[in-house]
Amino acid sequence: MFASCADPKSIEGLTWLACYLTSGKHLDFYWSFVIVLILLAVTAPAAMIFGFGGATMARSHVAPVRWLGKGYIAMVRGIPDIIFFMFFVIALDQGIEYVKNLMVCPAGSPWPWQGLEFKVCAAAKVPLATSSPLTFQMYGFFLAVFTFAIVFGAFTANVLYGAMQAVPRAQLETAEAYGMSHGQVFRRILIPQMWVYALPGLSNLWMILIKATPLLFLLGVKDIVYYARELGGSKTQVFEYPHPDWRLYYFLGLMVFYLVMTRVSEIFLKRLSNRLSKGQATAAGEAMRRAGA
Amino acid sequence: MSSCWQTIQDYGLRSIGIGENLLPKKDFTLCQEVTLIGSGLLWNIYFGVLALFFGFFLANALALAKASRRTWVRKPAEWFIFVFRGSPLFIQFFLAYETLVLLPRAGIDILGITIATSWTTKAWAGALFVLFLNTSAYSAEIFFGALRSIPKGDLEAAEAYGITGWNKFRRIEWPTMLRLGWPAYTNEAIFLFHATTLVFFSGFPAFGQQGDALYYANYFADKTFNPFVPYPIIAMYFIAMTLIITWVFGQINKRLNRHLPQNMKSRIRLRPQLVR
Repeated sequence: MFASCADPKSIEGLTWLACYLTSGKHLDFYWSFVIVLILLAVTAPAAMIFGFGGATMARSHVAPVRWLGKGYIAMVRGIPDIIFFMFFVIALDQGIEYVKNLMVCPAGSPWPWQGLEFKVCAAAKVPLATSSPLTFQMYGFFLAVFTFAIVFGAFTANVLYGAMQAVPRAQLETAEAYGMSHGQVFRRILIPQMWVYALPGLSNLWMILIKATPLLFLLGVKDIVYYARELGGSKTQVFEYPHPDWRLYYFLGLMVFYLVMTRVSEIFLKRLSNRLSKGQATAAGEAMRRAGA
Repeated sequence: MSSCWQTIQDYGLRSIGIGENLLPKKDFTLCQEVTLIGSGLLWNIYFGVLALFFGFFLANALALAKASRRTWVRKPAEWFIFVFRGSPLFIQFFLAYETLVLLPRAGIDILGITIATSWTTKAWAGALFVLFLNTSAYSAEIFFGALRSIPKGDLEAAEAYGITGWNKFRRIEWPTMLRLGWPAYTNEAIFLFHATTLVFFSGFPAFGQQGDALYYANYFADKTFNPFVPYPIIAMYFIAMTLIITWVFGQINKRLNRHLPQNMKSRIRLRPQLVR
């Protein structure tokens, strides 16, 4: 990066450190932090959409739809999340290739699940074997985001379903007495009021989502854990910047990153909860009204 | 059927190194998958039960320390809880492993006695230690919350009867704290068991292919390219485990609530908590 870094073996001390920390691999490392943040930024809304859909379905008057919604919510109970992560990525990958196989492969292609392997014709590979490494990475990232969204969507659905049930029945009945239709009650009364009940659960989920991001590593995305292991491992004289095993320091760095993320979120969510409690018929809202008066 | 019995004899205790040494390589049967994954579950039970048992005591101590009025007692407990609850368990495993690997191989010499260190990098010790600290932090937060929500009237009544100090704690505060915190603690126990699946996926290597349930499930999924058999099997195992834990903790909960009228007893509700 700097001109003085041309020959890393000849420099020492702080200059060496500055050069070391700005080497190409390290820039990739810093970029992977951005990837984690992107994952959070994409997954959170996606999980909200999935969760909202699930919760609405679980409240439906049509029995099969309701069962589907309740089944989705029940899915996450009792089974370790990591199993979902391991399962969904392969299952999704194979599912996509299977569907594409039905569309593009010549008629009479063999059934893809053959004993010890999963085989589709070359044209049905996703992404195609000829595509760039970047496409492969993007596809991996997409699968990861989708898996996160499905799993966290189920958790969100559970929280939102509980919050919808928690809105006082009298509020909805009043709205109905004013002649509002089902849709209107849902949009104008239920949705605006449920957030204050959903917030504790949702903030808990957000914290969990933050702490789940290292699982990206298991899903094969080159994330911060991957780079921390890669960069921290001891480097012999063959490398530009030889050093002993520094993985401990890299992981300490990751730990600090996560602690800062949690702390900042905690403070932010506290403020949000205060804001949402304003004017609500809850203990917190009442306390605020008293304090103001 | 007899071949399945043979498989159970060969692989039933494979995860702890007893039985057939080589894992099946091809022509996997359903029986093999169920047996091996079940054998791996022994590790999950080992980690879960021991971490929970030791963690219970540390959690009580930490909860009391956090509720203490003395700053030098409270601050360390607060920090401990924040660090372990605020960072991913995944990273904690990595960090612990890297730290333990750095210990001198030959052992530490203290006053002429050599203390061996190599065993600490093995999963049975190192990962158990991390899980123990982790569950202590989570449970401490639960107990701390319970400690703070003991009804004021209970404490005043105790004092009116002349029960103070250690007696008040032992007979009033501690049982009430346990009772109030128990439903949340049940959830913590369930999710600790779920968290044990992370052990062999982060840092700690599985020597001689002796791993936990997820390790074997992943082995089969990798070998057969078919995730639709091993993962549902392990899911079934964990659902069964969850039911057992809920039942055991429910019995304890009943005992803790035995003096209360029927309508005031607290019920255990299962709440998902996912990754830590």
